[in-house]
Amino acid sequence: MEAVIETRGLRRVFRSRRQVVEAVTGVDLTVRKGEIFGFLGPNGAGKTTTLRMLATLLPPSGGTATVAGCDLRTQPDQIRERIGYVGQAGGSDREITGRTELVFQGRLYGMSMEAARKRAADLITMLELEVCADRKAGTYSGGQKRRLDIGLGLVHDPQLLFLDEPTTGLDPQSRARVWDEVRRMHDRGTTVFLTTHYLDEADALCDRIAIIDYGKIVAEGTPEELKRAVAGDVVTLTVAGEQQRALDLLKDQAFVREARLDDGSVLLYVDRGEVAMPAILRLLDGAGLTLVTIGLHRPSLDDVFLRQTGRSLRETAA
Amino acid sequence: MKLVRDTWFVFGRYFGLFIHNPAWVALGVLQPVIYLVLFAPLLKSIASVQGFPPGGAYNVFVPGLLVQLGMFGAAGVGFSLIAELRAGVIERLRVTPVSRVALLLGRALRDMLSIVVQSLILILISLPFGLSVHPIGVVITLALIALIGLLTASISYAVALGAREENIYASIVFTATLPILLLSGVLLPLGLAPQWLRNIAAANPLSYAVDAARAVFRDQIADPSVSRGVAIMLVLSIIAIVIGARSFGRAVA
Repeated sequence: MEAVIETRGLRRVFRSRRQVVEAVTGVDLTVRKGEIFGFLGPNGAGKTTTLRMLATLLPPSGGTATVAGCDLRTQPDQIRERIGYVGQAGGSDREITGRTELVFQGRLYGMSMEAARKRAADLITMLELEVCADRKAGTYSGGQKRRLDIGLGLVHDPQLLFLDEPTTGLDPQSRARVWDEVRRMHDRGTTVFLTTHYLDEADALCDRIAIIDYGKIVAEGTPEELKRAVAGDVVTLTVAGEQQRALDLLKDQAFVREARLDDGSVLLYVDRGEVAMPAILRLLDGAGLTLVTIGLHRPSLDDVFLRQTGRSLRETAA
Repeated sequence: MKLVRDTWFVFGRYFGLFIHNPAWVALGVLQPVIYLVLFAPLLKSIASVQGFPPGGAYNVFVPGLLVQLGMFGAAGVGFSLIAELRAGVIERLRVTPVSRVALLLGRALRDMLSIVVQSLILILISLPFGLSVHPIGVVITLALIALIGLLTASISYAVALGAREENIYASIVFTATLPILLLSGVLLPLGLAPQWLRNIAAANPLSYAVDAARAVFRDQIADPSVSRGVAIMLVLSIIAIVIGARSFGRAVA
């Protein structure tokens, strides 16, 4: 498969008078043509910094990268012709109508007035913005504004689209519509590179995922591969009284690969759930611990994240 | 060619934003009127003070007011840019292949245009009060004020891109503009100043613009101070545009 993004040792250091912050410490990534690639990590992990480097907004401090077949350092103008970018803040002006923004954006990409108007009209239909296209963007709902911002990134039909946390702050319905839109881009052959801190989003939408933490990639693969790497199954249980006692009892058993406390319950990574369950019950019973809840599930990306970074994304995202 | 095209689009965007806001347009027309109504009554008595330059009172003060208008009119333009930074507009524009010079020049030319129109209004409404100026003098003066506006706007945008916050931007811009204006002889001619103040003023580029404008309004268009003032503003404008465009090229969050 042809690579659309290829980075080696990509780094970014921010210097201020008081301190030097290494936001991205060496990222090696390959994004293949036509896939939806998810870049996952807690706030401050280096997601946006990496994205802004790849979108030519921020020069890297070190390393190399090829984006859409062009070198990031020497050919930023060629890259700009080929990519679309939708930042976290969006990018539309409150005082300007959606249609005017779309036409203006088309003109910046060298379209004739006629072509830009036609493209704007098509995008307005495609993104279902007809009701608000001729109103100032300041009057839009959260979902309408996000769709306009995505439309601005799609004006020139880029082969690669960057989306920085496209659904953060949206209600569930608007979120689902953005997902549909991303899938439609994917069906048309556009490569999508998106960042998110929602695991369910990455799981539902992405062909492949990379997890970044403290400026480094800690895991990369399809959601299935990543989940498989965690362990066979995950057992979640709670007991009456101190959870720590159950953890101490179970963590050194041969069938438990890894155990930890999470959110007031005991989390066990085991090879085979159906073998582990009876053994767990016997052990707890023998130690006089009363079981309150027990559940067996296939690992989710939550488990992958917890395993790779040592903390739950739910707590870091807050 | 691409630069001209891009500049035209960017200019169109910001001109459209301006013209569709009736409050801004009204304020823009009103400003020079306020200058004249609140300032002109002071002129009559002061013109008789010893050391006051020759020529009618209006011919001495209007050029100063125009220079001030050029500078103050453009000093605050960075505020709108900071709002756009926050809304992600600048980032969105920087991801397109649009020329970085056009991103600056398109907006600065819009600011320049509004300053030129305001200056013209100020000159026209001063005529009935006794201002006399040759039509060619008006053209030269407007060119000079246009350059001051372009220069100040470009620097303002560069400062706004660096400051990224209204408070920091405001304190930088207003701390810088006040001494520059006072030391240019805009408010009162430096002919009234002691020697040490005149020496400092000689290092202030804006004082050459004020000299040039005053010479024009004394009907001394051929005076060397005119071409010198225009040339200094032209060179500084070009430098400011380069600095401003570079700021657009590497604006970092």
